[in-house]
Amino acid sequence: MSSHNTVSFSEARRVAVFGGTHGNEMSGVTLVNLWVKNGAEIQRKGVETKPFITNPKAVEKCSRYVDTDLNRAFTPENLSAPGGDDLPYEVQRAQEINRLFGPKGSPEAYDVIFDLHNTTSNMGCTLILESSKDHFNLQMMNYIKKAIAPASCPVLLNEHPLLKYSTSRSVAKHPVGLEVGPQPQGVLRSNIFEAMRVILKHALDFIELFNEGMEFPPCTVDVFRVSERVDYPRDANGNIIAMVHPNLQDCDWEPLNPGDPMFQTFDGKTIHYEGAGTVYPTFINEAAYYEKQQAFVTTRRETLVASAIRKA
Amino acid sequence: GRDENAESEEVVHLSRLSRVAVCGGTHGNELSGVYLVRELQKTEKPLEEEDELVSVLVVLSNPRAVQQCRRYTETDLNRCFTHATLNGPESDKTPYEITRSRELNSLLGPKGSPEAVDLICDLHNTTANMGLCLIAYSDHDWICLHIFRYLQANIPVRYIHFDFPPKEAYSLESVGKHGFAIEIGPQPHGVVRSNIYTTMKAGVQHVMDWVRFFNSGTIFEGGSVEVYTMVKNIDYPRDSETHSITAAIHPQLQDQDFCLLHPNDPLFQTFSGETLRYKGKEPLYPFFINECAYYEKGIALSLARRKCVKMPPIQVKTELEHQENEWEFASEEDE
Repeated sequence: MSSHNTVSFSEARRVAVFGGTHGNEMSGVTLVNLWVKNGAEIQRKGVETKPFITNPKAVEKCSRYVDTDLNRAFTPENLSAPGGDDLPYEVQRAQEINRLFGPKGSPEAYDVIFDLHNTTSNMGCTLILESSKDHFNLQMMNYIKKAIAPASCPVLLNEHPLLKYSTSRSVAKHPVGLEVGPQPQGVLRSNIFEAMRVILKHALDFIELFNEGMEFPPCTVDVFRVSERVDYPRDANGNIIAMVHPNLQDCDWEPLNPGDPMFQTFDGKTIHYEGAGTVYPTFINEAAYYEKQQAFVTTRRETLVASAIRKA
Repeated sequence: GRDENAESEEVVHLSRLSRVAVCGGTHGNELSGVYLVRELQKTEKPLEEEDELVSVLVVLSNPRAVQQCRRYTETDLNRCFTHATLNGPESDKTPYEITRSRELNSLLGPKGSPEAVDLICDLHNTTANMGLCLIAYSDHDWICLHIFRYLQANIPVRYIHFDFPPKEAYSLESVGKHGFAIEIGPQPHGVVRSNIYTTMKAGVQHVMDWVRFFNSGTIFEGGSVEVYTMVKNIDYPRDSETHSITAAIHPQLQDQDFCLLHPNDPLFQTFSGETLRYKGKEPLYPFFINECAYYEKGIALSLARRKCVKMPPIQVKTELEHQENEWEFASEEDE
C-alpha cells in the first residue's frame, strides 16, 4: 500500500479508563478502584493513563444511576445547561467530566477513553465503536482481536443517527466501549473481571506500540452495525406480556432468521421474528433496557476497511 | 402436640389446606415471581374457579419495590416477619416494608394464630446457580416435605432447611401454618429468563396439584428425602478500612452450588490473583454462591450439611377428626 493512504495521528498521550458509569456494573468499578490505589498495571511508557470513577454516587448506592443515566447524558444541551446544583446529579457529573477530560470536540480533549461496562446479556467481550471512520480505533480493535484469538471479541458499531447516544466516553477523540457479559448487576464474577482486564491490557499495549512509532498496515475489521431496537410485546397499559424466547435467550451474535422464535408469552405462546432478512441480535435481555423499551437490538454484519496508521 | 413418630408406618392425619397463598415480588427485582403473580392474577379463574378443594390468594408482596424494580425501598421486606417486628410499635417513621409486613400479617396471618393461612408459597430468584430449591424453616413439617417429594418426582429440586424457631423466623412464609420459599436461579435481578419463569410456573402448578390431591384424601406414602441444613455463612475478605471486598468468588467455585466443598478447596481469588482456600474442617455443601443481594449482608456463600429425613405417610384429616381436633387446646401443628 502506498504511504499516502496512511493516516497520521498525534501520539495518544492522555488516556482515561472509566469505571462506574453505571454504578452496579461491578467489573469496571472494581478494576478502576484497584488502579486508583495502584495504577502500575495500566501505565505504559509515554502515556498518562488515568483511572476514574465517573458516577461515584451511583457506585455507592450500587445502582445504575441516581437521577438519570450518565451514559446518555453527554448531549450538547446538557453539557451547556446552566443551573449548577439544581441540575440532575448525572448532568452535573457530565459537565464535570467534560471539563476534566474534554471539552468534547476540542483539541484539548483526551486522546482515548475506555469506558468499562457489564451487561446481563451473553455478549462475551464486546468492543463498542462509535464511528466507522475512526481508523485509530479500528486498528486498535483489530489488534485486540488478533491478540486474543482464537477467543472472539465482537465489535459493535453504533453509528445509527437515531439509536446512537451520548456516552461518557464520547468526550474523547477516540472513544472505546468495553462491554463484558453475562454478569448480573451488582455481582462480581472473577471470569468476567479477568476477561475485561486482559482486553484492556491489549488495548494499552497497542497504544504503547503506536506511540513508539509502529506503523499498522491497512486491515479489515468485521463489525456488527446497529440496525433496529426491538421492544418487548406490551399490553395497552404498557406492561410486558412476553419474555425473550428460550431459543433466542443467550444467543447474542447468532443469526436470527425470519420465522425464528423471538418471544414467549407468559402463558406459553411463541411470537416469531418477522423482519425482512437475517439479523444478528445483541443486548438480548439486558436488565437495564426493560425501562428503555428494548428487548434486544438487531445488527447487520459489515466489513470495514481501516487505513494504515502511524504517529505524526 | 400429637406424637408424630416418623419411624412407624402409621398414617399421620393433618388438617386440610383450605387456604393457600402464592406470593411474588417480596423482592421487587426478582422478576419470575413478579410476572407469575401478575399472570395468576389475570387468569385467576383456573385456580379459584368452583374450587371447593382450596381457595388461593395471589399476592404481590412489595408493590412499591416492584414498581421501582428494586429489592426493597427502605428495608428488606423478607426480614420483617419475626414476632418482634410484626408486633413492634408503629410511628410515621416506620419504614414502608415494616408497615407492609404488618399488613401482610393481617392478610395472611396473624402468624402463630388459628386464622393464619394454611400454606404460603413465596416466590424468589437468585443470581446463584442453585436451580430450583424449596427453602423452609422445618425439617419435620410433613406437608412441606411431602410437597418436596412430589415435586422431586416431576422436576429436579432440592430442599434447604434453615433451623430457626418460629418466633425468630424472619421471612414471609413463616406467617402461614406451613410455608416455604420457592427459590430459582440463576437469574440476574431485574431480568426474567423464560426457562426460569417456566420452571417456576411448573413448580407452583405441581404444588397446587399436590394440595388438591391431599385435600381430596389421597394417602401419600412414607419415605425419605435428602435435606440440606444451613450451617454457616462465609463473607468476602474485606479491606479493614473501607470494608470493600478484596476478592471475588474463585472461578472454580463460581456456579458450583451444591458441589461438596472440601477443606482446602479454593474459595476466593484476590484481585492480585492469589487463591484463598476453605479453612473449615468439615466438608460442606455451598449454596447462594455469589448472590448479589447478599454482598451487603456480608455473605459470599452459605454452607450446609446434607442428611436424610424420614417422613411418615400422611393423609388429610376426615371431617370427624377435624371436629374432634377443634376441641383440643393445642393444634397438632403447634411448633
